Amino acid sequence: MIAMLIRRLIQAVLVMLVVAFISFSLFQFVGDPINNMVGQEASQQDRAELRERLGLNDPIPIQFFRFVGNAVKGEFGISYRMARPVSEVIAERLPATLELALISGVLAISLGIGLGVYTALRRDGWLSHFIMSSSLIGVSLPTFLIGILLIYLFSVELQWLPSFGRGETVQITENWSTGLLTVSGWKSLILPAITLGLFQLTLLMRLVRAEMLEVLRTDYIKFARARGIKQRSIHFHHALKNTLLPVITIAGLQLGSIIAFAIITETVFQWPGVGLLFINAIRFVDIPFMSAYLLLIALVFVVINLIVDLLYFAVDPRLRATKRSAGR
Amino acid sequence: MTQALLSVRDLVVEFPKRKTRLTALDKVSFDIHPGEILGMVGESGAGKSLTGAAIIGLLEPPGHIASGEIWLKDQRIDQLPYDQMRRLRGKRIAMIFQDPLTSLNPILTIANQLIETIQTHLPLNDKEARARAIQLLDEVGIPAASKRIDDYPHQFSGGMRQRVVIALALAGEPELIIADEPTTALDVSVQAQIIDVLKRMCHVHKTAVMLVTHDMGVIAEACDRVAVMYAGRIAEIGEVRQIVKQPQHPYTQGLMGSIPSITERVERLTQIPGSMPRLDAIPTGCAFNPRCTQKIDRCTEDRPDLIATDQGQVSCWLYEGDKP
Repeated sequence: MIAMLIRRLIQAVLVMLVVAFISFSLFQFVGDPINNMVGQEASQQDRAELRERLGLNDPIPIQFFRFVGNAVKGEFGISYRMARPVSEVIAERLPATLELALISGVLAISLGIGLGVYTALRRDGWLSHFIMSSSLIGVSLPTFLIGILLIYLFSVELQWLPSFGRGETVQITENWSTGLLTVSGWKSLILPAITLGLFQLTLLMRLVRAEMLEVLRTDYIKFARARGIKQRSIHFHHALKNTLLPVITIAGLQLGSIIAFAIITETVFQWPGVGLLFINAIRFVDIPFMSAYLLLIALVFVVINLIVDLLYFAVDPRLRATKRSAGR
Repeated sequence: MTQALLSVRDLVVEFPKRKTRLTALDKVSFDIHPGEILGMVGESGAGKSLTGAAIIGLLEPPGHIASGEIWLKDQRIDQLPYDQMRRLRGKRIAMIFQDPLTSLNPILTIANQLIETIQTHLPLNDKEARARAIQLLDEVGIPAASKRIDDYPHQFSGGMRQRVVIALALAGEPELIIADEPTTALDVSVQAQIIDVLKRMCHVHKTAVMLVTHDMGVIAEACDRVAVMYAGRIAEIGEVRQIVKQPQHPYTQGLMGSIPSITERVERLTQIPGSMPRLDAIPTGCAFNPRCTQKIDRCTEDRPDLIATDQGQVSCWLYEGDKP
């Protein structure tokens, strides 16, 4: 158990180093950072001085290690566009993105599993057919279109929900403001959360349904039926656990991509999160911000993968046994 | 003779197809008496396993019982509503499947699966159920049962897992176990042990067994009587010794002739020419008539019912009029 944890941690660090290298190379290859920082009137000498001061004349490996060292401390330099420390800007905007991702993740996972199980158990019911056909919409429509359609229906026509922004927020700590404590915050959250989570929801639902049908056909379920075990226990005790094993992996990755690819939803709803900030950063070639964002998303994925591995370990006894004997 | 434990009468199982329907079991009738081991032999697709599934009410849709009756003592069980049938499963009729490696839920402990099954059928609290589970495991020959009960299925070998499966099948103290090829997936050396466990347990608990297999060795070893199936029909039923020594139905004769023997030297094993008909192409009259070497005219016209002879029952026109 501990050996495997250490192994996974080392892998995670390696992945982070590779991503760090890529985001470090952004500085080297996407234009000259000096050009981006100084005005057009700066003299050649000013440029050379700045270059020296920023350490851009040092050998590449040394620059890289300096970059990694700073990144570990959470320092990514000053944003070109906003002239403020990147870490500060991200810390300010991250809560909005995390809240959005969390709510759509919960929505996607709970409804995805629930509806998946329902459609698997009531395979021939009209409601199942209806759910399955409408899930095709979720799979096939692009996110921005869903967002725009929702805005049109609920904000423009029905005027039930706001079409943009976070609504009122409450400051919890210096950097953390939440919209989850106000009515208008929740109202503003509904549409973006649905937009962001719909694809993951339908994907998970279809996966759960397929897995569940597969599990219900296995010999151990047949044997459980032949022993007279109650239907409810067969479905939710014997079958569901086995169904969820492969679902955990996908759900983890989906949660990662919800955070990473909130960009489109945030743009459509003008949601003041890091995704929206990232889009603007690209437009301005704000390299410190871009590289920080890249590292942040990589960190999210690595952490989620680590958690998924641990969950797997906790749920599947076979894995525990093989690891135990392999560790000996 | 005592009352039969299980009576199957003219059982017909059909699978609807797009336009036609396939008759997978056609008027199957037989009895199993209390404590008796009845063997079911036949080629793949003859309907042996299907008979077992029909009895315990677990036919895979769209397969269904089209006509006929199944009686468990005085109770007709082929039309019971789902929940009543469920209560009966495991409690009065249990089933063992072919592959012990896949019959146990991989992520639940043996204790979990056994105790749940016991508590489904017997009014025991957790502690009593656990004690009974350990006792069952001990009876089927799991060493250190009280320790191993908390293991997961993958921590057992194939033979041990089949023992666990037998313990699970016996958990509700059923009167009848349907064992669907319980040894086919096991090593030959383990097969004998499992048959032995099954025989011993059924003797101790007075449980009747319907042993589905295509292994005549297993039949000869374990069974009291044997039913030979062909193309969804019963060809012959009788005492094992009689059928092995003096098979009556031409199909059974061919089946016995094709078993290699180490005591007699035979240059070539006899084989039955042709193969079993597909379900949508069963000939009129006797299903075996195209392959039969002793065919008479009547065989292609009328279907023979089971005829009682002095050795048992056989569905073959050759024995018509042979009064016992």
